Amino acid sequence: MSGVRVLVGTRKGAFTLESDGKREKWEVNGPHFGGWEIYHLKGSPADPDRLYASQSTGWFGQLIQRSSDGGKTWEPVGNKFVYDGVPGTHQWYDGTPHPWEFKRVWHLEPSLNDPDHVYAGVEDAAIFQTTDGGQNWAEMPGLRGHGSGSKWTPGAGGLGLHTIVIDPSNQKRMFIAISAAGAFRTDDGGATWKPINQGLRSQHIPDPTAEVGHCVHRIAMHRSRPDTLFMQKHWDVMRTDDAGESWREISGNLPTDFGFVVDVHAHDPETIYVVPIKSDSEHFPPDGKLRVYRSKSGGEEWEALTKGLPQQNCYVNVLRDAMAVDSMDACGVYFGTTGGQVYASKDGGDSWTAIMRDLPAVLSVEVQTLK
Amino acid sequence: MIRVILPWHLRNLARVGSEVMLDVSGQITQRTVLDALENEYPVLRGTIRDHVTAKRRPFLRFFACEEDLSHELPDAPLPDAVAKGAEPFMVVGAIAGG
Repeated sequence: MSGVRVLVGTRKGAFTLESDGKREKWEVNGPHFGGWEIYHLKGSPADPDRLYASQSTGWFGQLIQRSSDGGKTWEPVGNKFVYDGVPGTHQWYDGTPHPWEFKRVWHLEPSLNDPDHVYAGVEDAAIFQTTDGGQNWAEMPGLRGHGSGSKWTPGAGGLGLHTIVIDPSNQKRMFIAISAAGAFRTDDGGATWKPINQGLRSQHIPDPTAEVGHCVHRIAMHRSRPDTLFMQKHWDVMRTDDAGESWREISGNLPTDFGFVVDVHAHDPETIYVVPIKSDSEHFPPDGKLRVYRSKSGGEEWEALTKGLPQQNCYVNVLRDAMAVDSMDACGVYFGTTGGQVYASKDGGDSWTAIMRDLPAVLSVEVQTLK
Repeated sequence: MIRVILPWHLRNLARVGSEVMLDVSGQITQRTVLDALENEYPVLRGTIRDHVTAKRRPFLRFFACEEDLSHELPDAPLPDAVAKGAEPFMVVGAIAGG
């Protein structure tokens, strides 16, 4: 392993940070697309020099940028996201039907083996794909075509499809999550989808155990155990060991089980990380202390990781796409805050260092381990 | 030639200067000017008008000759001064903080 590249999307541009295997000194590249919201950028597992970025503003709409040199230079590619057929309606905040309207791309997930094949999760919730490196995008209509689509209701942040997880052992199987519809799975490459929300309980909907309506914030998987998923829901940290057929709560001794991020250690599928946030009314850490919580037992039992993190007067948030891990021998863990810091741990979370400060609010953090 | 002034972000995106010169045939309207602009600079497609409805994006305005033409019909003729190249057609972003 020769190095690590951290991809940071912020409210006002994108940044890349590169380091050698020691992960001590970081070279910053950016801002790219200054002034634009970069909801997400991610590299292709098949070609680490191929990156994609979602660039948008309320003024000028959505753009997709592509890099073929690891983020040094970028070119805009296709930005036409048009729903398949007659879009129909989903449920609006007041319970009335509301036409599906494209707003932005929340998440870009390159396929595992083809740098030109990328999935995009968008608001209003749908999944698109490109097979020509981003020039053309087509909706995978089976998801919105699920019979529950007309019942999906946006969360306060919009009806965003923000999580796409591909099963490395069977790429026809994918998991997605939508706020506030819940989690879905396809077993046929996206042709059909089923809700996988059994076991979730959400008090903000009339039937807390309904098939859809759950505000899932993030799902994470370890590639060696694709049937085991971890979920940070609006409230509750959850786990499934049967590919989403049933979930159980693993919040255990967390100080609060509200939060946005969840991720898995690169080499230990039972070691997981969350950042508890006080509540959905106060989007900052409890007691002004920024603490990552780690469980080495797959949930229930959690320990606070504080070394190097601010332990007083800290009132930042850590958003759903803003945590990632590298796969160096000693797993690195990274997360970004709405206060513009990017924290990194090169010892699996035992200690932390701010590798970047004073950025615009961080929306997403992804990590590439470079060989 | 038709003169078009773009907001800063779109200038950067299209890699142009403060003013763009366009050769537009036929009647000079919002639609023909913006069609010509997008043909010359395809990267601007979807950034000024919606891909599907072709409507002006809500936070943009169209000004010319010290008038707000944003609510004019897209096929209405633009002022003679714009058609003759004496005055620019301006795409303006709504002012906002944050």
